[in-house]
Formats: sequence, C-alpha cells, structure tokens
Amino acid sequence: MLDIPLPVLLGQVTIGLVNGCFYAMLSLGLAVIFGLLNVINFSHGAVYMLGAFAAYLGSRWLGINYWIALFIVPVVVGAFGMLVERLLLRRLTGLDHLYSLLLTFGLALVLEGIFLDIYGSAGQSYNGPPQLDGLVDLGFMRLPLYRVWVVAVSLAVCVGIWLLIERTSLGAYLRAGTENARLVQALGINVPLMITLTYGLGVGLAALAGVLAAPIYQVQPLMGSNLLIIAFAVVVIGGLGSTLGAILTGLGLGIIEGLSKVFYPEISSTTVFIIMALVLLVRPAGLFGREA
Amino acid sequence: MRQSTLLLLVLGIAALLAPLTGLYTLFLLKCVAFALFAAAFNFFTGNVGLLSIGHAAFFGMGAYAAGHVAKEWGVPTELTLVISLGVGAGLGIIIGGMAIRRQGIYFAMITLAMAQMIYFFCVQAPFTGAEDGLQRIPRGTLFGTLSLADDMTLYALVVVVALAAIWGLQRVMEAPFGHVLLAIRDNEARAISLGYDVKAYKLSAFVLSASVAGLAGGLKAITLGLASLPDVHWTMSGTVILMCLLGGLGTSLGPIVGAIIVITLESKLASMGAIQIGPLAVDFSTKVPIVIGLIFMSCVLLFRKGVVGELISAFERLRPRGRTERPLVRAS
Repeated sequence: MLDIPLPVLLGQVTIGLVNGCFYAMLSLGLAVIFGLLNVINFSHGAVYMLGAFAAYLGSRWLGINYWIALFIVPVVVGAFGMLVERLLLRRLTGLDHLYSLLLTFGLALVLEGIFLDIYGSAGQSYNGPPQLDGLVDLGFMRLPLYRVWVVAVSLAVCVGIWLLIERTSLGAYLRAGTENARLVQALGINVPLMITLTYGLGVGLAALAGVLAAPIYQVQPLMGSNLLIIAFAVVVIGGLGSTLGAILTGLGLGIIEGLSKVFYPEISSTTVFIIMALVLLVRPAGLFGREA
Repeated sequence: MRQSTLLLLVLGIAALLAPLTGLYTLFLLKCVAFALFAAAFNFFTGNVGLLSIGHAAFFGMGAYAAGHVAKEWGVPTELTLVISLGVGAGLGIIIGGMAIRRQGIYFAMITLAMAQMIYFFCVQAPFTGAEDGLQRIPRGTLFGTLSLADDMTLYALVVVVALAAIWGLQRVMEAPFGHVLLAIRDNEARAISLGYDVKAYKLSAFVLSASVAGLAGGLKAITLGLASLPDVHWTMSGTVILMCLLGGLGTSLGPIVGAIIVITLESKLASMGAIQIGPLAVDFSTKVPIVIGLIFMSCVLLFRKGVVGELISAFERLRPRGRTERPLVRAS
C-alpha cells in the first residue's frame, strides 16, 4: 500500500473527482424530483444520454457550437421533460409510486431504443470547445483543461441549485411542497406548475451533465444506463430527498471510486454498491436522510 | 378444487398441447423457463407488495452456476438444477436480508443496486466468460442414464420441474404462511400487532422467490445452452416486471401469460423483416426495445391490472356478488 507513488494517488483522486461531478449532478436531479414528485425517475440516464446526443446532433446538423449547446440543450430537453410530466406522469398521481417508476422505465427503453436503432451501440465522438483544449499542470499530473472546466461548472451548478432550494422563497415553496403539497396548494401556490417546473429542472440538470460529458466520454445510446444505477446508489447513500446529501455523496463516491482503482482495481466498479450496503447496515435512512 | 390444483391442471394441459401446435420446441422451452421466472418474481412482489428490481441477479447467477457445473464439472442435470436453486437461495438471503430492512422505494432501489453489484462481479469474474458468456452448455443426462439431447425429453423434464415449482409457490400461498403474507401486504402494522415476525415472513418469501428465480435461470441455461451478461443485467429485472405487469401482477396465471406474450413478441419482432407501412418500410427487428418500452408505458397508463387481471374483473362484474377485488400492489 505504501509503495504507491503519490502522483498516481492524486491522479486517480482527480479523475474520481471528475466522475464524482457527474454523479453529483445526476443524483441532485433525482433527489429534487423525488423530493417533490415522489417519482423515482428511471429515465434520468436516458435523459442524460439525450443531452449528449442533442449536443452532438446540434453541432452536426445545425452547426451549434459547444457554448450555445451548453445553454440551449438543458432548456430544450428540460422542456421535453415538462411535457412528459404534464402528459404522462401526471396521470399517475395518487397511485403507488411504483407505477411512475415503471412508466419512466418504459420511457427510458423507448428513448434508448430509438437512438440504438439509428446510431447502433458504437460511440460517436464530439469535440469539446477549442478554447478549452490543452493541459493544466497540477504538479502531480497534467489534467486536460476541459476536465477542470467540468469540475468548476458542476460545482457551481450544484451550489447554485442548493442555494436556490435552501435560500430563496421559491426554494421555500419547494421544500414546503415536499413536506405537504396539499397545504401549500391551499395557501394559493400553484403546486401543479411547481411540480412541472421541478421535473423540468431535474431533467435539465441531467441534460446539462450530458452536454458536459459529451466531449469526455463517447456519445452513445447506453451511456446513461449504468450511470443511472450508480446515481440511484448515491441517492440511497445520501438519503432520499436530501439535496446536500446527493451532492456531497456524489463527489465523495467519485473520489473513493478513484482511490479504489489505485489499491484494488478489480473492486472499483462495485465500490459504490459495497459502500451502499455498509451505509444501509449502519444508517438505514442514508447519511443525510431523516428516518421516516 | 384448490386454486393450486386448478392451476396445475390448466398449465399441464397447455404444456401437453403446446408441442402439437408445431411451434419450435426450443421456443417452448424458453417460454417455460421465463414463465417460471415470472411466477417466481410475482410470488414475492405480487404477494408482499414490495417491488424487487433485482431478480435478474438470481436468474443470471442461477444460469451461470448451472452452466459452470454442467460444462466444467459434468454434474448430472438434476444436481445442476438443485445447485442453481441453491445459488438463488444464497443470494436471496444476502440481498433480501439487506433490502428487507427498508420499505417501498428504498426496497426497490436497494435490490436494484445489489443486483447491479452482482452484474459487475459477473463482468469481471473468471468463470462467466465475460462478453462471450458460457456457450454450448451441455444438457447432460438425467439420473446418469437418460440422455436429454432429444428436445422432447428435455421438454418433458423442464415442464415437470417448472410445473412442480409453480404449483409449489401457489400451494404456499394457500397455506397459512401465504395468508400471513397477504395480511402483511394489506396492513403491515396490524400484522405486527398480531404478533407476527413481519421481517422473517418477508425474508422467507423473498428467499423462496429468489431460489425459484435461480432455478428458472438454471433451466434457461440448460435448455438454451447459454448463460451470458444480459441474464444478470438490470434490464432483465425490468423484463420480468413487464411480464408480470402485462399478464397481471398478483394473479396466479397472469405472470405465465405475460411471459409467453413477451417472449413471443420478442422472437416475432426479431425475426420479422421490413414491413411496408404506407410509404415507409419499417424494420421491426431492430426496434424490439422501443416496442417493449411502449407496451410498458401503455400497461402502466391504461391497464394496470394486466390481461388476466382485467379478465378477472370483467368476470366479477358479470357476477355482482363475487369476491371484492384486492389491490394488486399495495397503495401507499
């Protein structure tokens, strides 16, 4: 264990941090959606893929560059999410939440199926912005500038969303709606609209993560499929419905996963799940969750 | 007549008649294996009211275990099936023991994550053959004498095993144990106050369901000669949920009907060439996931009781003094 050089260790931690940013953004969206809608959004991974493909197709067909895609794609995909909420998910309110889980599962199959049908399972490469080409010398490793940018953007977005929820009046309505939607509705707040916007926000976040991921990972139809399950595990570890829990757990798990690649590579893909099992044994409600 | 006896009769006659339809025996074998898988899943989720999204782990590991012992160690087929049952049970104790501590959505997500852990284990473990999976698994011999190379002999064995297991599960539901399960599903607090050890009941039901799922995986590996990564992936857990939902979750015949519909649909779509719809030539063979996903969505939105469930309610509407219908999945 001691013969591992420090640069290698720090290098893996940095790579883990980049992965952790994606975990955090996806889990945050899942947690926000779960908090207000009580929906386990199984199409979250597919929506992340949709974001990456939207960026890729936008640049190929319409010549939209990365910077514009970064703003437009989350809005467009988020609007698609709102449509899904209005037309489909809303019909299932009041029913057991297993049904909404299964609906979004079906939606994920359809979305991934469509892209698989057209593009196959091979990855498409998407070039990041030329302004962010190049490497940053961190002393222990040279990190692509783009990854530094990804970490910065996702941290900023996560903190921004957290402040929005915890520190603004809109966020207060949202938290109140999570506690007791009927009471908030009775106070004259348009809860159905809030639900639609929240779902749109969560989906938009996933799409943003997709755009950010497009230049790093290959853009391919099943890119969100396994990531989704990790995001679920993150949400369970952090505690369902806890925004701060989702962010911190996401980042932390990314780093721990990176470390496990140094010490015992065989276990790295299962680390997240092992931690989940351990956390559940000790704290069944998750690290930041309240016991129901 | 007991419902389990009736079920056994209906399925037995169907299994006897099936080869006369001229369908491929391999196709029938696949249907039987998946019908058993769906029945095992339904036994837990339909009767306990907790959604497991991890049953692929039991099915897939059952298949891998059967494939490994049959191929590498030449274990006789009857023992192979017992081993796959045991693997399912062992995993069921571990995953169930973990998941049963939580309710509702947490339960679903824990089973999902644990199953995904098993999936990653299978991706890396040396005995699974990684991307290729275990291919050409021998069918072996029964009791060391009877060769199963003949399709019809194998069909007879598979049908007997599957029917015995399905009958067993149904019989358990008719026993006091099953009634306690339903009581827990419908009102857990009351079951606790009556002195039942709710966790032990749930765990027993989960382990029973997991072991039969493992057995189904073993049957699948022996009949198709293949155990591979898609068997353990979480989409397989999704497929079995779809089968039960489509046929009717919580009914005894529904999962079997659902499994047959889904398997038929998958194989028909896959073998179908391009079809002319108006000016467009649509090739359905590449669109299986889309069609399955659309069916999933319409099931959830339009007929949540499934084919058999809808038939039962239609029947009960004709007979106004029939039993009151119980919810298929516990309302929260």
